[in-house]
Amino acid sequence: MAPHNNDLILPSYSTAADKNSEVYDPTLGPQKLDQITASLVTTTSATSTPNPGQNFPSSSAASKKASIYDKNLNRRIPEVNLASLSFLFQEIVSWSHQNSKGIQQLENKLNILGYSIGPKVLELCYLRENQTNGNLKKTLKKDIRIIEILQFIHSVIWKSLFGKTADELEKSQDVDNEFMIIDNDPLISQFISVPRDLKQLNCCAFVAGVIEGLLDSAYFQANVTAHNVPKDGYPLRTIYLVKFDKSVTEREMIRFG
Amino acid sequence: MSYYLALIGTQDNPVYEAEFGTFKQGGDGSSKFSTEMRELNPFIIHSSLDIVEDLQWVKNSMYLKVIDNFYGYYISAYVSPTNVKFLLLHEVKSEESIKQFFFELNDLYVKTLLNPFYNVNNVIKSTSFDLKVKGLAKKYL
Repeated sequence: MAPHNNDLILPSYSTAADKNSEVYDPTLGPQKLDQITASLVTTTSATSTPNPGQNFPSSSAASKKASIYDKNLNRRIPEVNLASLSFLFQEIVSWSHQNSKGIQQLENKLNILGYSIGPKVLELCYLRENQTNGNLKKTLKKDIRIIEILQFIHSVIWKSLFGKTADELEKSQDVDNEFMIIDNDPLISQFISVPRDLKQLNCCAFVAGVIEGLLDSAYFQANVTAHNVPKDGYPLRTIYLVKFDKSVTEREMIRFG
Repeated sequence: MSYYLALIGTQDNPVYEAEFGTFKQGGDGSSKFSTEMRELNPFIIHSSLDIVEDLQWVKNSMYLKVIDNFYGYYISAYVSPTNVKFLLLHEVKSEESIKQFFFELNDLYVKTLLNPFYNVNNVIKSTSFDLKVKGLAKKYL
């Protein structure tokens, strides 16, 4: 089998002459390629020792089964169990702790784990925001200013992730490109007990990673860190410090300044 | 009437593309592009990316409507919140139905994105996705 590059789509190669080759054809879509790979899989598995666990379903069987595309993204109450979430997160933290040398590295690890969630949350929230009872809103809103996207995070994103809006949204007085999102009682570190020698650790670094990933993918490049700032009655109070890239503030100046 | 659709990732990389025709007015759903035009489609779509990147910071809407044209072909654009660009090459203007089409396509894209094994900018090769997109095209275009 000739090696082909999966990363490239080359429609101009799909002339009538090489209809049978393994090149992506936009008029057929990815079916053809999948059928070829599916047939390859069945033939190879037939010649080798039968192993039922490793058999892939053929393309016809896959199309009959309900795929992720048949599911509805607008379920009434998109909620998960707090106990299982806390248990999972606690495992994530202790696993990261075992594999890191200090607080800095541990927080970095949590940040990276959260980062890939950001774009997914962002897309999903906008999709849900832009429709009411299955009908599209007149303008499909997208936030293009710094303050707008921060308000979106503060209200909509926070509500979908933690079931409540964040407590405060502030702008730094001294520095132009710094903003603070404040959560008095962060849901995710509620059941994490931090040992005394790791006092500086804040497990909300994970959430900071989510926000960072989200802002980066929306082209608001930023650096987000979580800091412990306890207050009376709120021992877990966390400040997320959002520090935007210079390019973002410059763009804002040019477009809206 | 024929359509050419491309999803362009954040690095200007193609994520998914499809070609289809209309089912309305007795069409059979297959595209009628000439061979030369078929070769040109990706170029036309790519050349409109600059306009998209300018407009997306002017309008606070995901749907940017018709942004460019090329000898009687129109290009409609839609920018998803994570800056994946949906571009459609078409021959007849119909804003409302294209808006519906793009939004449902965004819905499909989000479902792909929510898959933990899918990363941003990966090529979409799923047959179910392809089938659903063709279904949407039949419904709205």
